Amino acid sequence: MTKRVSYTLASTLESVNRAESIAAETAARVGFSEDDQSNIAMAVREATVNAVLHGNAYDPDKKVFVVYESSMDALVITITDQGRGLDPLHVPDPLAPENLMKGSGRGIFLIRAFMDEVKFRNIQPGTEITLIKHLDRKAGNEEESQ
Amino acid sequence: MTMKASSRQVNSVTIVDMSGRITLGEGSVVLRDTIRDLLSKGDKKILLNLGNVTYIDSSGIGELVSAFTSVRNQGGELKLLNLTKKVHDLLQITKLYTVFDIRDDETAAIGSFK
Repeated sequence: MTKRVSYTLASTLESVNRAESIAAETAARVGFSEDDQSNIAMAVREATVNAVLHGNAYDPDKKVFVVYESSMDALVITITDQGRGLDPLHVPDPLAPENLMKGSGRGIFLIRAFMDEVKFRNIQPGTEITLIKHLDRKAGNEEESQ
Repeated sequence: MTMKASSRQVNSVTIVDMSGRITLGEGSVVLRDTIRDLLSKGDKKILLNLGNVTYIDSSGIGELVSAFTSVRNQGGELKLLNLTKKVHDLLQITKLYTVFDIRDDETAAIGSFK
């Protein structure tokens, strides 16, 4: 059975913290390990920062929509902004030597590093990013039995 | 948890004990202001003790890089001390682990400054 909870958030840093906290709580409830809970929460934080900062540019008239869908074997989080859109193909690689010492540009890289699947959709206006993390219940059970 | 930074001087090295979260907003600003204040006073040998930093996001990582660059551009050195596993892992996956001089012993770290 899938549980779906959605939030409409203002374009503020408080919303970023809230989206992150809810992600951590949801990941814990679904049964992810502490490491995965932390990684999922960070991915949601980074995606929400992008929505608030780069997408909506703190515009009080624009909202961020966050949907958490949890099932027995996965957590799917969708974050949508109402901004000008993002082309993920043109995001510079932060590991490239010329970018390594830059003070920004690592958010999407971290999201991809921490989640199993990351999908972008340009919804004009705005960007929708879907983050998916699968839960290996078999592995979890084996850990519990040790 | 609010980010806190307090400085102490050992020989010619300034140790900045940081605690809390270095994230977009307050945490990153505290780090930026701390480094700027130290550089303006001429303190260019800086050891950032991250032992009580529980969390760093991409903005915080960027702020660490900017701090490193600012200090180096003024002829100084910035080193990191006591990374938690989480921060250590983040610096590894972002390939910054080899950029920073990372230490786990304060006395040895102080002695390593030129």
